[in-house]
Amino acid sequence: MANIANKQMICEVLMEAAKTDKDIVVLCSDSRGSASATPFFNAFPEQAVEVGIAEQDLVGIAAGMARVGKRTFPMSPACFITARSYEQCKVDVAYSHTNVKLIGISGGVSYGALGMSHHSAQDIACMSSIPGMRVYLPSDCYQTKKLMEVLVKDNEPAYIRVGRNAVDPVYSEDDTPFEMDKATFVCRGKDVAIIACGEMVLYAKKAADLLKDKGISATVVDMYCVKPIDKAAVIEAASNAKVVISVEEHSPYGGLGSMVSQIVAENCPKKCVTMALPDAPVITGNSKEVFKHYGLTAEGIAKKAEELLHG
Amino acid sequence: MKNLKQLAYKLRQDVVDMIVNGKGGHIGGDMSVMDVLVTLYFKEMNISVDNFNTKDHDHFIMSKGHSVESLYAVLAEKGFFSREQVLKEFSQFGSLFIGHPNNKLPGIEMNSGALGHGLPVAVGMAIAERMNKSHNRVYVVMGDGELAEGSVWEGAMAGANYRLDNLCAVVDRNRLQISGTTEDVMALDDLIAKWSAFGWHVINVADGNDIDQLQKAFDEARVVKGKPTVLIANTIKGKGSSVMENKAAWHHHVPNAEEYEQIKQDLLKGAEEN
Repeated sequence: MANIANKQMICEVLMEAAKTDKDIVVLCSDSRGSASATPFFNAFPEQAVEVGIAEQDLVGIAAGMARVGKRTFPMSPACFITARSYEQCKVDVAYSHTNVKLIGISGGVSYGALGMSHHSAQDIACMSSIPGMRVYLPSDCYQTKKLMEVLVKDNEPAYIRVGRNAVDPVYSEDDTPFEMDKATFVCRGKDVAIIACGEMVLYAKKAADLLKDKGISATVVDMYCVKPIDKAAVIEAASNAKVVISVEEHSPYGGLGSMVSQIVAENCPKKCVTMALPDAPVITGNSKEVFKHYGLTAEGIAKKAEELLHG
Repeated sequence: MKNLKQLAYKLRQDVVDMIVNGKGGHIGGDMSVMDVLVTLYFKEMNISVDNFNTKDHDHFIMSKGHSVESLYAVLAEKGFFSREQVLKEFSQFGSLFIGHPNNKLPGIEMNSGALGHGLPVAVGMAIAERMNKSHNRVYVVMGDGELAEGSVWEGAMAGANYRLDNLCAVVDRNRLQISGTTEDVMALDDLIAKWSAFGWHVINVADGNDIDQLQKAFDEARVVKGKPTVLIANTIKGKGSSVMENKAAWHHHVPNAEEYEQIKQDLLKGAEEN
């Protein structure tokens, strides 16, 4: 299987499931192209709904359909489906407990130079703070496949954030360890625990390789399940390390770093550093340029680990 | 029909008692919308305790969720829970009978309270029921002040786009909202022209507190094909007592002892006259 964008993998899983489950419905807000959902709309027109550029309507309609027995998957840019539709996510989906899987595509700074209006650096914070809302940031297409194969069958609300482009895989077609709502230990070490989510997991894994060459051993935890966060995995990783680093494509406030810090402070207090986007509009550039500028790279993470360990 | 008119007055008294016991509630809108709810639940809609947990029933969304007391009174009368229970527990500590609809209670499908949500949700239900090839219809009641929410018009566009003739909306057009008249706060007229321009079949119900007129309008909505229908129900806020009628201050207000007695007498008189 060729390496594909996570959003494309979501569409493939939905198309496979829709063959037998006629209650699966994909909804878009003039976003089928950017969501890689055009093949679904073409193959299953009777299970697809277009709402136009109206994200509140998108989520409200998805919730109403779910209430009548559909399994709905509204797909729209992460910045809009979480911020413009926030109240619908809160009231119509989570509070009303409707079976809606909110798919946020081109999340984080995927849209690069399009600017802050199109970046979603607040979505983990806002969605995680809604009671009953699960939040997932898969790291590569193989993990996305495993995650979606569970989500197309369950009946609870969730928000899934994926990026715009294909990313190098963390796992492989034949070897993708996955247990629902349990973090994946990518590697285990004793000096530093690096806990990451989404596209940052690959950089954390590469950072561990760089650190190994310098005699530093790292644990890398893929916390794709940001909520419900795998608390036991955080405690295990942190307890066995001297310092903890969290890495995310998100604001430094209210995201993975905040949650990891809470758990570490309460259970196994030690130095805990959040690596994230700044609390400011990010510098103009494509996502790789933005990541590099803010040190959200293998080199940046490794450097931070060295600083923390050796001062 | 005579009995339903009397029932609407009786249920208004339940609402007043609920609000006095609970020390709060949106009494004015409860009174204006009561005849719409009684017509829907006792004449128009196929919803009952027996069919509510099956796939075979109509759907109702109380988008103006703050008028939940009127919905509670009607649902109790329908047998979803006891009248005594809701009168005793409304707004009390730990109660499920909170100040906006929540679907942990029997008889309620969707949580509401944040205005402007009901119509898109109802559109979703109507699309899904058509996909299911079901004959179930979908009803949603909105306040008129609520129409200032942009999401209402997103839903209006989608309802017409998908030609949802299984969808019927009602606007409780009592012309008052918490800060004053709707036309002073954010002008809504010409509502008939607005909904028509959005592609809806519009029925102007001259007296939205008249159950006969309401039922005639719902009958018309049933036979309209290829588009959704909206009833502009011209109602009186605080309907049923001169103490409350057409007074914005009664958007939410708890009657004092003197007011309570006057309202009670007015509602009894209203029931006798109908």
